[in-house]
Amino acid sequence: MKLFNFFNRRASAPVARERLQILLAHERASVSNSNLVALLHREVLAAVSKHIEIDPDKVEVKLREGDNMSLLEIDIEISASASARETIADAAA
Amino acid sequence: MPKILVVTSGKGGVGKTTSTAALGAALAQSNQKVAVVDFDVGLRNLDLVMGAERRVVYDLINVAQGDAKLHQALIRDKRLDNLYLLPASQTRDKDALTEEGVRRVIDELRERFDWIVCDSPAGIERGATLAMRFADVAVVVANPEVSSVRDSDRIIGLLDAKTEIAEKGGRMEKHLLLTRYDAGRAARGEMLNVDDVLEILSIPLLGIIPESEDVLRASNVGTPVTLHSGTSAPSRAYADAARRLCGAEVPMDIPSDKKGLLVRLFGRRAA
Repeated sequence: MKLFNFFNRRASAPVARERLQILLAHERASVSNSNLVALLHREVLAAVSKHIEIDPDKVEVKLREGDNMSLLEIDIEISASASARETIADAAA
Repeated sequence: MPKILVVTSGKGGVGKTTSTAALGAALAQSNQKVAVVDFDVGLRNLDLVMGAERRVVYDLINVAQGDAKLHQALIRDKRLDNLYLLPASQTRDKDALTEEGVRRVIDELRERFDWIVCDSPAGIERGATLAMRFADVAVVVANPEVSSVRDSDRIIGLLDAKTEIAEKGGRMEKHLLLTRYDAGRAARGEMLNVDDVLEILSIPLLGIIPESEDVLRASNVGTPVTLHSGTSAPSRAYADAARRLCGAEVPMDIPSDKKGLLVRLFGRRAA
């Protein structure tokens, strides 16, 4: 038992290293994703605004990460007056 | 060309203030004109570690807001003629510090000094982001411990995104200073070793400061560890780190007090 404890104690630094590597890989990805979301938000807004009048506050970009797949959601609310003038059926992707 | 150096870490208690004082004093010992600046508004401590706590009259915020001249606030070190301290305010709020105010102070310091060493507060709030804002070199202080390494990673991200040099498309020069290192425990696998931390953070190593009783001894009496005992292990490690900051090629070793004993027996090394 003492021997087991001895080896167990020795093993703690590699555990720390592995935990950090996994955690930081995840955290770095989520930080760069938040930049990506901001970028997409800006560019989608610019692209859609060329054709339809939209309120910048009514554009929502979300990136949901799952284990097997990630989902990119873009919601754009178009005001009634704008949609009456335009004939684009669906601006939401 | 003066250098603006920020000493930062994210996590508190890893040795930013100790390292600021030690590196500042070591740079001054190599005949550079140095100002160490405390950005920890409300929780200043660089004055205490430098032994100048009873000489503070004006502070960084007084100068930033134009209530005092820079030369009135700068405190000249009693041991080294070319080492100065600009203390933080103890009574004001962190929000009293503005980007424009800090820019003016840094620009004025630039005229008078070779090195401006900014001691960052812990955290990632205003004080910390302003301490790094105008820097062109960063020393990231980390302990070989999971929470410190994680926070260092976060700070490295901020250095590459929220600083003026990064926003202008430049590259912030970053160095890792590994403090409170116990080579014995690292060798036994009880502590993250140098290579582990370097691989995780992937920034170049500036120095390894061994865990040592001398650090506390020095701060007890208000002396930067590099001035307190020039031959102690942490003192030599900081002096080497300061030489590397100036561009010198110094072989990387982990100074230890055991080696110091051998050195004492077989001939003192010049320092």
